[in-house]
Amino acid sequence: MALLEIEDLHVSFKTVDGVVHAVEGVSLSLDARKTLGIVGESGSGKSVTAQTILGLTRFPNATISGRILFDGHDLLTMSTEHLRDVRGARIAMIFQDPLSSLHPFFKVGHQIVEAIRAHEDVPRDLARKRTIEALRSVGIPSPDERFTSFPHEMSGGMRQRVMIAMALALRPDILIADEPTTALDVTVQAQVLELIQALRDDFGTAVILITHDLGVVAQMADDVAVMYAGRVLEQSSRETLFTEPEHPYTWGLLQSIPRLDAPRTGRLNPIAGSPPSLINVPRGCTFHPRCPYAPPPAFETEPALAPSQPGHLVRCHLPIEERKRLWQSLQKEHPVLR
Amino acid sequence: MGAYIVRRTLWAILLLLVVSFLTFVIFNVFPSADPAALRAGRNATPALIEQIRRNLGLDKPFYTQYWIYLKGLLEHFNLGYSYYNTESVKSEIFSRLPATISVTVGGFVAWMLIGIPVGIISAIKPRSLLDRIMMGGSLVAISAPVYFLGLVSLFLFAQGTGVLQWAGAAGSYVPITQNPGTWFNSLILAWLTLAAAFAAFYARMTRGNLIEVMHEDYIRTARAKGLRESVVITKHGLRAALTPIVTMAGMDIGLLLGGAILTEIVFNIPGIGRYAYDAIVNADLPAIQGTVLFGAFFIVFANLVVDILYAFLDPRVTYG
Repeated sequence: MALLEIEDLHVSFKTVDGVVHAVEGVSLSLDARKTLGIVGESGSGKSVTAQTILGLTRFPNATISGRILFDGHDLLTMSTEHLRDVRGARIAMIFQDPLSSLHPFFKVGHQIVEAIRAHEDVPRDLARKRTIEALRSVGIPSPDERFTSFPHEMSGGMRQRVMIAMALALRPDILIADEPTTALDVTVQAQVLELIQALRDDFGTAVILITHDLGVVAQMADDVAVMYAGRVLEQSSRETLFTEPEHPYTWGLLQSIPRLDAPRTGRLNPIAGSPPSLINVPRGCTFHPRCPYAPPPAFETEPALAPSQPGHLVRCHLPIEERKRLWQSLQKEHPVLR
Repeated sequence: MGAYIVRRTLWAILLLLVVSFLTFVIFNVFPSADPAALRAGRNATPALIEQIRRNLGLDKPFYTQYWIYLKGLLEHFNLGYSYYNTESVKSEIFSRLPATISVTVGGFVAWMLIGIPVGIISAIKPRSLLDRIMMGGSLVAISAPVYFLGLVSLFLFAQGTGVLQWAGAAGSYVPITQNPGTWFNSLILAWLTLAAAFAAFYARMTRGNLIEVMHEDYIRTARAKGLRESVVITKHGLRAALTPIVTMAGMDIGLLLGGAILTEIVFNIPGIGRYAYDAIVNADLPAIQGTVLFGAFFIVFANLVVDILYAFLDPRVTYG
């Protein structure tokens, strides 16, 4: 059985403009020690999906349905008391902006000590020792001095390391990383990813990696789900996704990655159009307004997420042979980085 | 930090000089009752008034008067002598200071103890019935002036005048050193009246700040760590939400130490506010000048304390 199983998750929010359907029928599963990448543009529902796992979207104006099974228990119906035992201790989370995610008025050491003592009844000095150890393990130089630093006294990369130290201090089964490198300098991004990767391998932590960056997925993920307008459009192993992608949206994502070795025509290849509003989702296939290949049924009915081969799910009306043929010809005119 | 405090103190002294000069100018330029005539009494001869005028130094040009005043102030911290009863203004003010401090500190404790919890409860469940009742009530409290609320409370609860004779009446103030029980009893209505508007305002501030803070990313982190919601609110939420409120409280205390004029008049408490009021009625320039300077000093001083305090409350703030 999978470590974490998301089944038919729906999340919507009531706002003044209407009901936002942020997540519509997402099913995902994560095995122990594996890394699942969730890729998508802003507003694709990937962050909401991740935050719903830990109940961080439990607000009066949110409607949530489906099941999120962790260790055989449904996190969605779990009492707040029990959910609290899972949060931080068994499933931990790091966020996009480490500066705003750390409390500005508390020393970073204290913030980690607090996380440890929320779950384990350990004396203060032992928690302090473990915190310094955690800070050391994420590569923070002179961790006993950094223990008393405030977040604003550190660089962005160091702050994210603190967040990672906090998340991994209790050796959780799952680490949810919600765009962990997006707010960081490019030079630091790679270091932070390598750190997450190294700790994952050392501790055997399963990782859910939320990102809009396919490069990040290529580096770290075992499996990938591509999300769009609150739905999963394609889901497969990493190899399959990069060698035999079958959804036109995935093609667009792959082709929009800039290449250093491409001829300098001076143009990037973005996907035409912009993501749909989640209040008025397009009828039919949600991607059809931006899809150059949309067949007539895509304007009327939404395709199901169906297997094209074992372990490869695609939500598309195009016949499988047609998809393979289109990808082949696209490859010829605009080869994609692999 | 040291250089910052010195710089701020020099500015404060300059500001107080400007305040004293402006008070002098206003008193001399705008028409007011003639202090000499007031002093001389009802059946005074013009010669007597003239003599009093000379004795008080009122016949000299106002810049000379100001210079004499300033010299006394800077050389002996002498605030001059009342035109009305020749008492030293400095000792008059200092003898009234305990009453004003009593009103201010008691009122402060009351409004913080009421305002902050009300704000927190409202913020936890915004738009709930409880929230609406408390915020509606606070609007009433903010809108009710002290002289209205004070008189109503005296009519309802004061010994002698009240329907329910629970608390001390107006004018029953005794110093705390004389009898703490009577002191408390004599001030309780004044405290609650003074606190009403402040408590309401602080409740609304607390509510607004806390609601805003609870949407911050670091609150999400606190929840994701597995902290109890009560800890998330009272530790992580309040720590950030109360910082501006603590500094505001410092300023309000400074303002009130200069004399809670309306409260002291309604409850007939012999404090600085009451003294300032009498000074204005009697066109008693040295007393007016003294109370204005005193009030300005407390405000300037509170400002400085608050700014320094802020550097301790918010580690991101530094002064160079």
